[in-house]
Amino acid sequence: MTQPDSTSSTVAPNEEAQFLPTDRLQLLIDALIADDRVVIGPTIEQQAIVYEEISSVDDLPRGWTDVQSPGNYRLEKRDDDTYFGYVVGPHSWKQFLFPPLTVVATADRESADTKWSMQAPQEDPLRYAFLGVRACELAAIAVQDRVFLQGPYVDPVYRARRDAAFIVAVNCTQAASTCFCTSMNTGPKCKSGFDLALTEIDGGFLIECGSEAGAVILKSLETDDAGSRHHDLAENAQQQAVEQISKTLDTGGIRDLLLGNLEHPQWEEVANRCLSCTNCTMVCPTCFCSTVTDVADLSGDHVDRKRQWDSCFNIDFSYMNGGVVRNNVKSRYRQWLTHKLASWHDQFGESGCVGCGRCLTWCPPGIDLTEEVAAIRLHDLRVPPEGSSS
Amino acid sequence: MKSSPETPRRPRLALHKFASCDGCQLSLLSCEDELMAIAGQVEISYFLEATSCIQPGPYEIALVEGSITTPHDKERIQQVRRDAQKVVTIGACATSGGIQSLKNWANHEDFLKCVYARPEFIETLATSTAIADHIPVDFELRGCPINRHQLLEVLVAMINGRMPKIPRHSVCLDCKRRGVVCVEVAQGIPCLGPITQTGCGALCPTYDRGCYGCFGPAAQANCTGLVHTLQDNGATKDTLLPLLRNFNAAAPEFAEQSNALENQEETL
Amino acid sequence: MSASYPSACVSTNPWLNHSATIARITQETPGVATYDLVIDDESVSVSFHFAPGQFNMIYLPGVGEVAISISGAASSGPSIIHTIREAGNVTRALAELKEGDSVGLRGPFGSSWPIEQCVGKDIILVAGGIGLAPLRPVVYEVLANREQYGNVSLLIGARTAAGLLYGDELETWNQSIDVQRTVDRSTSEWTGHVGVVTVLLERLPIAKPKNTVLMTCGPEVMMWYSIRTALSRGMTDESVWLSLERNMNCAIGMCGHCQLGPQFVCKDGPVFRYDQVASIMKVAGL
Repeated sequence: MTQPDSTSSTVAPNEEAQFLPTDRLQLLIDALIADDRVVIGPTIEQQAIVYEEISSVDDLPRGWTDVQSPGNYRLEKRDDDTYFGYVVGPHSWKQFLFPPLTVVATADRESADTKWSMQAPQEDPLRYAFLGVRACELAAIAVQDRVFLQGPYVDPVYRARRDAAFIVAVNCTQAASTCFCTSMNTGPKCKSGFDLALTEIDGGFLIECGSEAGAVILKSLETDDAGSRHHDLAENAQQQAVEQISKTLDTGGIRDLLLGNLEHPQWEEVANRCLSCTNCTMVCPTCFCSTVTDVADLSGDHVDRKRQWDSCFNIDFSYMNGGVVRNNVKSRYRQWLTHKLASWHDQFGESGCVGCGRCLTWCPPGIDLTEEVAAIRLHDLRVPPEGSSS
Repeated sequence: MKSSPETPRRPRLALHKFASCDGCQLSLLSCEDELMAIAGQVEISYFLEATSCIQPGPYEIALVEGSITTPHDKERIQQVRRDAQKVVTIGACATSGGIQSLKNWANHEDFLKCVYARPEFIETLATSTAIADHIPVDFELRGCPINRHQLLEVLVAMINGRMPKIPRHSVCLDCKRRGVVCVEVAQGIPCLGPITQTGCGALCPTYDRGCYGCFGPAAQANCTGLVHTLQDNGATKDTLLPLLRNFNAAAPEFAEQSNALENQEETL
Repeated sequence: MSASYPSACVSTNPWLNHSATIARITQETPGVATYDLVIDDESVSVSFHFAPGQFNMIYLPGVGEVAISISGAASSGPSIIHTIREAGNVTRALAELKEGDSVGLRGPFGSSWPIEQCVGKDIILVAGGIGLAPLRPVVYEVLANREQYGNVSLLIGARTAAGLLYGDELETWNQSIDVQRTVDRSTSEWTGHVGVVTVLLERLPIAKPKNTVLMTCGPEVMMWYSIRTALSRGMTDESVWLSLERNMNCAIGMCGHCQLGPQFVCKDGPVFRYDQVASIMKVAGL
C-alpha cells in the first residue's frame, strides 16, 4: 500500500467525523431498529453477498470478500476480519426502492353488472435503513431518482420508499477487477447522498454525517471524536481501493460515438456471444424497465395491476401491433448499450452507467461493456466532419 | 347433441393423450378451484383421465398431450385435428417429442429387444416427434410438466378468442426477479437458464441446481453462446450432452446444439 | 413536442385510472368505432383538458390498457372521443362493450401538434388509415378558426373505400378546406383516386413551401415517403411533424417500452418534429 502524497484528495479531514470502535457497530444497527426501521444489509446467502434484512453484526459477511471477473463471482475468506471487505454483489438497492413486483393499481367490482372501482393502493411506506451502500450505488440511486421522481410524473411507489429510506454508506477499501467507478466519476469515495458514511479502519469505523437524520442517529451512538490518526487510516484505506481499480471506460464523446455507430459490425459480433438472457439489466442498479399486466382473481371481480421488472433483452419487450421491433440479439444488445451509455444523456442529462461492474460479473459469457465500447471506438465508422484534421 | 336456443352452448373441450406420462393432464386436474370455474365455461367432452363419459366430436378446443411414437398415433392425430377447431399441444412431449425422443439418437429396435420379450408384437416408429410435425397446431404450451397457471391462461384465452399471453423470455429474468443468485456465475453449476423459456418460476436455481431446460428453448436462444460459456468454465461433453438431451432433446435449437457438440468432440 | 403538463387527472397518482362511461359508440368502418367517454367523477371530468395529438390510456380491468389518441374536438364537452381500431386483445375486448358500460381512463399524455405555429401559414395534413383519428382534432381547430390559417389540405389514404374514416364529415370539411382521398384498391363504387397517398402529395400545389406546415400520421413507411416528398418540394425539417407509435405500457416515461433512440414516444412524442427523429427513423430495429 502506498501512502497518499498529499491531503488534497477528496478525503479532507472532517471536524465532525466520529470514531466508532468495531465492538460498538451493533449499536448502530440497534439505533436504526429503534428508529422503527427495517435494516437491510449485506449477508451471505446462496454463495454470494446479498442484501437482506439483518438485525445483528453477526449477519454481516465478516472476514469474507468477493473475487470477481467477467462471468465469474466467488466468495473467499479474507485474512482479516473486516465487516465490509467485499465489493458489490448480485443484488442492488433498487430491489427495495423499485421492487421487482409491485401492485400499482387495483380494480374491483361487486359483480359483472356493477361499475368498476379503480384505486391506487395506499401502502404504509416501508421505513428502510440501508447499511453498506457504496459510492457507485449512491450514484445509482440518484440516477433512478431522476427517472422516478424528477420527470413530469412521479412514481408514488418509489417516492414513498425513497423518502423514508435512511442510508448508511460505506467507503470502499478494496475494488474488484470489474470496477470502473473512477471512469464514471461516481466513486470510490462517497461524497453525498447519504445520512451516514462509514470507512472501516483498524479498530473501528470513521463516521461522517451527511444529513440531520444522520446526526440524530450518530448522536445516539457512543462515538469518540475522530483524531488525525483515524483520518489518515481512512484515507489510506480509501486510496487502496482507488489504486486497485484497473478497468477504465473512455467516456470522451461517448454519446456521439455510439449513436453515430448504430450500424457498426461490432453489434453483430457481440450478438454471437450475448445470450439475451436479461441478466445484465436485472443486476444493473439503474436499469428501470418494467411491464404492468393485469392479474384477475378467479371471479374476475378483483384485478391487480402488477408491475414487474422487465428487460430490453426480452424479445417481447418491443412487441407492437403483432410484431417485434427489436427482433434479433444484435438490436437488443445495441438498445441496451446505447441507452445506458449514450441516449441516457439525452433523456436524463447524465450517463446511465455508474461503473459498478455488475453487468460484467453476472453476464454468463462475461461480456465486458468497456471492451465493446473500446472496439467501436477503435474502428469508428463515423464520417469525420469536413475540415477535421483527423 | 343439440343445444337449447336459450343458453349459448359452452365450448366443448377434449383432451387427447399420446406418448406421455400423463403429468400434464394431471396439471389440469390439480387446478382444483380453477377447474370448477373452467367447468362452468367449457363442456369437458373428452377427458379419459377424469371421466369415462365421452361425447363425440367435433370439439371447439382440443388439448393434446404426448408425442407421436407409433404408426397408429400418426393416424389418430389426423382425426384429432379434423375433430377440433383449435388444437393446443401441452407439455414437452407434445411440443418437442419429450424425453422419449432420446430414441431419435439410438436404434429403437435395440431398445425393443432390451425391453420386450416378444418385440415382434410391438409396432413403433423410429422417432418420437412433436404434434406440430404432423398437423397444424394453434398454440403450443411448453413445460415438463406444464405450468397450470399458464394452462389456465391458454384456456381462458381460447375461450375468449384471443391469443394467450405466455412469456417467451429466459429463466434468468425470473431468477433475478426472485433475488436468486446465478448458480452458474457464483458456483459454476452448468445451467440452461439463459436459453430456456420461462414457465417454472426458476424452480431449480432456487434450490441451487442448474436449469434442465424443461420449458424448451427461449425465443431466439443463443445455444452456441451458452455452450461455449459453459465449456470455458470447465463443463465437459459428459455434462453438457445429457443436459441438452433431456426433456426437450428434440426441440430443434437444443438438438442442433447437442449434435454440434457431439461433432465438436469427434473432431478433437 | 410543444410543452405539455400533467393534467389534474394524472398529477396525484399517474397510475390511477378514472372510471368513465361509454356515452356513445359510432361504428365508423369495419373494425373501427368511435367511443365517446365521460369520466364519472365530475370534478375530474371538468378538469380534463387536452391538446390535439395527445393520447389517453384506455383500461379494461382484467384485460389491460391501450394507448389511444384523442380524436374529438377540444370543445367536445364532457365527452372524450377516441376512434379505435380492433387490433390487439384490449381493443378487441373494447369492441364487445356497449353504450353505458364502463372503462378506465388515464391521461392525457404526450406531446401535441404545433397548431399555434400554424397561424398565418398553409397546412398540409397527410393521414393513412386510422392515422386520420389523431389529426381530426387539428381539423376541428382549423374549422373553428378558419380565418387564422392559409390554404389547408387534408390528404387521406385508405386500403379501400370502405376503410375511409369519417365519411359524412369529410363532405362538410370539404366546404372549408381541401379534402382529397385515395384508396389502394378500387371497388366498383369508387370513382376517386387510386394509389398511395404520397401521389396526392406529389400533385398538390405547394405555393409557399417555407410557409407551410405538414403534419402526418399513419403507417411509418407512408409517413416516411410523405416527408421525403414534402422535403423535395422545398419544405424544411422544422416544418414537418409526424405522430409515431410504439408499445406504450406506462405512458409516463418510466417503463422503457416505447423508447426510440433517445426519445420516449409516450412523453417526448407521440408527435415529433421531423428533425427530432430523422436520423433514428432510418435505422432498422431501433
